[in-house]
Amino acid sequence: MSTDRHTEADPQLDGEPTEDTRSGRAPWIREGAELVGIGLVGTLAVGMLAFIALDWLRAAPGAIGSLAGSWFAGVLTLGAWADFYLGTNVFRHPFVWRAAATGVLIGIVGPVVGAFLVHRQMALIGETLAHTAFAGVAFGMLFVALGAGLAGGAVALFGSSGTLLLVALVVSAASALGLQWLTDRTDSYGDVPIAIVLTGSFAVGTLVISWSRDFVAIAIDIEDFLFGSLAIVTATGARLVAVLSVVVVALVIYNYKQFLFITFDERAAHVARLNVDRYNALLIVMTATVVVGAMQILGVILVAGLLVIPVAAASQVARSFRETLYLSVLVGQVAVLGGLAVSIGASLPPGGSIIVIAIAIYLVAVAASDRSTSLSMH
Amino acid sequence: MRDGVEGTVTPIVDIEDVTFGYGDANALEDVSLRIEEGEFLGLIGPNGSGKTTLLHLMLGLREPDSGSITLFGEPAHEFEAGERIGYVGQRAADRGDAMPVTVRETVLMGRFARAGHARLTDHDREVTAEAMETVGVEDLAERRVSALSGGQRQRVFIARALASEADILALDEPTVGIDADSRDRFYNLLDELNAAGMTIVLIEHDIGVLTKHVDTVACINVELYHHGDTVSFLESDALTDAYGRASGILAHNHP
Repeated sequence: MSTDRHTEADPQLDGEPTEDTRSGRAPWIREGAELVGIGLVGTLAVGMLAFIALDWLRAAPGAIGSLAGSWFAGVLTLGAWADFYLGTNVFRHPFVWRAAATGVLIGIVGPVVGAFLVHRQMALIGETLAHTAFAGVAFGMLFVALGAGLAGGAVALFGSSGTLLLVALVVSAASALGLQWLTDRTDSYGDVPIAIVLTGSFAVGTLVISWSRDFVAIAIDIEDFLFGSLAIVTATGARLVAVLSVVVVALVIYNYKQFLFITFDERAAHVARLNVDRYNALLIVMTATVVVGAMQILGVILVAGLLVIPVAAASQVARSFRETLYLSVLVGQVAVLGGLAVSIGASLPPGGSIIVIAIAIYLVAVAASDRSTSLSMH
Repeated sequence: MRDGVEGTVTPIVDIEDVTFGYGDANALEDVSLRIEEGEFLGLIGPNGSGKTTLLHLMLGLREPDSGSITLFGEPAHEFEAGERIGYVGQRAADRGDAMPVTVRETVLMGRFARAGHARLTDHDREVTAEAMETVGVEDLAERRVSALSGGQRQRVFIARALASEADILALDEPTVGIDADSRDRFYNLLDELNAAGMTIVLIEHDIGVLTKHVDTVACINVELYHHGDTVSFLESDALTDAYGRASGILAHNHP
């Protein structure tokens, strides 16, 4: 009875291609480059978080307020000098910095959360939650227009745009949990429940907006939420994204092993006594928060692209799941920063610019890899 | 903790008069079965006979409607030490086709139940490396799971169970869609693991394979038709009873 312990590389028996022969170069160059890239992204993110913190602290009383205020002004002065050298009229304006900060942060958390969704037939969940967030924004407008009690307090604390986002967040997170409950009952992320929630929430949103247009004076254009806009990113909106990003990244780091195991093999994870339902619910609520944050720049319609496309691009060339995460964050950053640059430079919508660049990167990744392109959603 | 015929040894799995149904029809009725430590049990029966359901009940994924199941002496449904159970499903059950996960990352998952939220340690990585060597996939460690053949991939999942330092290995038709040579190698590996003391429960269609490798056979079709060693199983009418006379299966006296 022969027991061959050492396997020969025999995928050729099944006619499958061998992949590892092509990288003759030292793998550490590739890994090193990726780590450098992630380091840069991390530094950029920390810088943006610092900027958002300054923006917030300027209004603080006393020494902190004035110190933050002077540093904030310093950043804008640097921007003005950059404008001077580049001949632009961009970096001196706070709204550009807020939009850039928001963009950088969602360019990180979007792909990070998306990596755990894409491979489970959950890519449409992002789209669905974006539509529920839209309905949330519509309800938020009604809520803000009420002006009294809870609504008044919220507006005083967060501003009207911030309140809109918070209501959208609550509605979206609640829908997420509802979808998760529905899925647990039917044992699959079926097309039909998703289609119903997706179209239904959008329908409700449009109805509420139309109906309320007569008696609600809203200074916010709904189209900005549909297609994204740089100007719509207020200080509160940026702050919300900052907080959510930190929380999401912390949760992913803390639960990385659990998310990975459940995404890869849910039944084996269940056997190993991981609380699959709880982690699925957590993942889906995290998706809702990322969607609401990213909705400002990308718009409801395109936000799901940032969850899916960078991960799809990374999966083409990545050699491990960890590498997929790193590369998808890098792709997300390039897409967001490039898209913002195009949007500002050519006065085009930011959402479309970002997604088109992301898809271009994906196509390059497909061409560069010799794997089959089917990112099967099973 | 019952005293069995063998004395005071607690069986690994003790199933007593278990009935379970999905909705109206019963998937399992009055099944009683014990699995001792170090046993290699094969579960056989026609499609939809409740074999997978019985396995899931054993592993505590579901609770029986009536009767009781204990796993390592505790009620299976309440058993919390998930790292003691190794599970290998059918080939298509995981996302390995789509997800870019390496062999090493997959086998490492066996350590997650133990590690919880803490960082993985060097010991975790050592155990993982040893597990990959035992099944013979250490050369494939950095390969994507999607690039492996079916037989290699299923061995990776056994490595994951070994990395978990499991005391029982549960396999649900692990060689569906896998070529005959890989299948032989796979079952030889199971024999080795069993010889080293691993308790194994295997659901398998192929009667020839089953009887060649397992110690005891449990034949199931909603009810338990036979539970005993393979020789007595082949000599009995259990197969024809379980599959129904119309199916015409012949039991040969294979050695």
